[in-house]
Amino acid sequence: MNLTLNQADILRLAAHVEAAQLGAHAIPKLTDEFPAMTIGDGYAVQSELRRRWVARGERIVGWKAGLTSKAKMLQMGVSVPSIGFLASDMARPENSVIRTDDLVHPRVECEIAFVTSEALRGPGCDRDQVLAATDYVLPAIEIIDSRFSGFKFDLPSVIADNGSSARFVGGGRPRRVTDIDLRTLGAVLEKNGEMVTMGASAAVLGHPADAVAMLVNILAELDEELPAGSFVMSGGITEAIPVKAGDCVIARFQELGSVSIRFS
Amino acid sequence: MKPEDIERYGDELYEALLARRTVAPLLEREPDITLDDAYRIQSRMVARRVAAGETIVGKKIGVTSKPVQDFLGVFQPDFGQLTSGMVCREGEPIDLGRLIQPKAEAELAFVLKRDLVGPGITAMDVIHATDYVLPCFEIVDSRITDWKIKIQDTVADNASCGVFVLGQTKGDPKDFDMSLAGMVLEKNGELFSTSVGAAVQGSPVNAVAWLANTLGVLGIPFKAGEIILSGSQSALVPVVDGDELVCTIGGLGSCRVSFRGRSAV
Repeated sequence: MNLTLNQADILRLAAHVEAAQLGAHAIPKLTDEFPAMTIGDGYAVQSELRRRWVARGERIVGWKAGLTSKAKMLQMGVSVPSIGFLASDMARPENSVIRTDDLVHPRVECEIAFVTSEALRGPGCDRDQVLAATDYVLPAIEIIDSRFSGFKFDLPSVIADNGSSARFVGGGRPRRVTDIDLRTLGAVLEKNGEMVTMGASAAVLGHPADAVAMLVNILAELDEELPAGSFVMSGGITEAIPVKAGDCVIARFQELGSVSIRFS
Repeated sequence: MKPEDIERYGDELYEALLARRTVAPLLEREPDITLDDAYRIQSRMVARRVAAGETIVGKKIGVTSKPVQDFLGVFQPDFGQLTSGMVCREGEPIDLGRLIQPKAEAELAFVLKRDLVGPGITAMDVIHATDYVLPCFEIVDSRITDWKIKIQDTVADNASCGVFVLGQTKGDPKDFDMSLAGMVLEKNGELFSTSVGAAVQGSPVNAVAWLANTLGVLGIPFKAGEIILSGSQSALVPVVDGDELVCTIGGLGSCRVSFRGRSAV
């Protein structure tokens, strides 16, 4: 990947983003200071951020694909997907309460998550390889939280901000990929008892396993593989919905059950 | 509205249908038309089709999604009557030359095995009375200029019925989740939109229960063997010569439709 930032800038930006994530405050998008910043620069900052997470004693449990649906790309004004890492301290159990005072401006999405039983390595990873390497799929809610003011960003900035990763909640019913049609699963997101958005899994790059393959191929460009046992969120089926303290969110999925979470 | 006015507007819409031309919105000419008047105009329009040799094969439910209800400023669906002349076969291209300003919608269709006599019908009664469900396309069309419809206009115009195509995979409503079943709509091989059954009144079965109760109050028969188009799960898709659409309902199957020729507008 093409880099324009030097090592000192990468370290400084990673520290800047990390402080915003841990302190739950908004910062200007990174391209305001570095207009020539590339997608490669974004991943370089993200990799340094990941190194810091591990240095703090957290485990990398998996990855997320982001900006994978037409609705999300339109909402955010970008044209290619992105990936981010998922760490153990971002996981929350279903039916639990998520604090909003350590988040900036959280939004929720319903997604299909994959748990792998074999390592996957790109380039050239495709849907069939992903399905063959999948132990099971399960429904998930992702809580995204851009650290950029007004949730306004460009692709290099959002990648440096770890794809807006904040919290994730898996739940529902685990299923084998051979037992369901992963392309046509319906999902409904309810907030405080009202249906607020809905869609089917094909909204994620045509098939959610294609989004996982895309993620593996981006990892290959970073010279990394997706280890066996990874938890991978394939991307939002619907647009992201803002939440605040007091909200209750339930994602209901065809064949996969539901996931619920509250915010305080 | 006076019976002779009801008859006149019903005849005007029927003749516009035959001639494939549009008429000015009725509400612009008669600002006091009520929903009841509009259904009586619809009855007249449909009676003309029946008098010309068509039979009633079922009903369609429209205005079932919240965005469309908000757009028309109403809080409930509407319905129209399906006639034998509207039936198209899957696999045979639809001739757009028969239509004025068509748009396609992907839906779940019900076929009844028992009469449903409202009021008092619940979703459970609908499932009990359903023989099978099918994925389908409804091609809506409007005899009102530029689709400038208010609720009274579309109801009078037989709920903007055009033609419809049923898919061939029959499903049992007890075998899949009609509310959470995903709907994937593709146009010319590309993903167009996705949705879910819940977009229609929380579940398509709720729309059919609403219909049974509404028909019961109006004294309109709702019989075993009738086809019900339960309401659009997709956005309206404009279609032109050569277009091909496929809708797939998760856990059920697909319906495919293609178009030839040119519509009037």
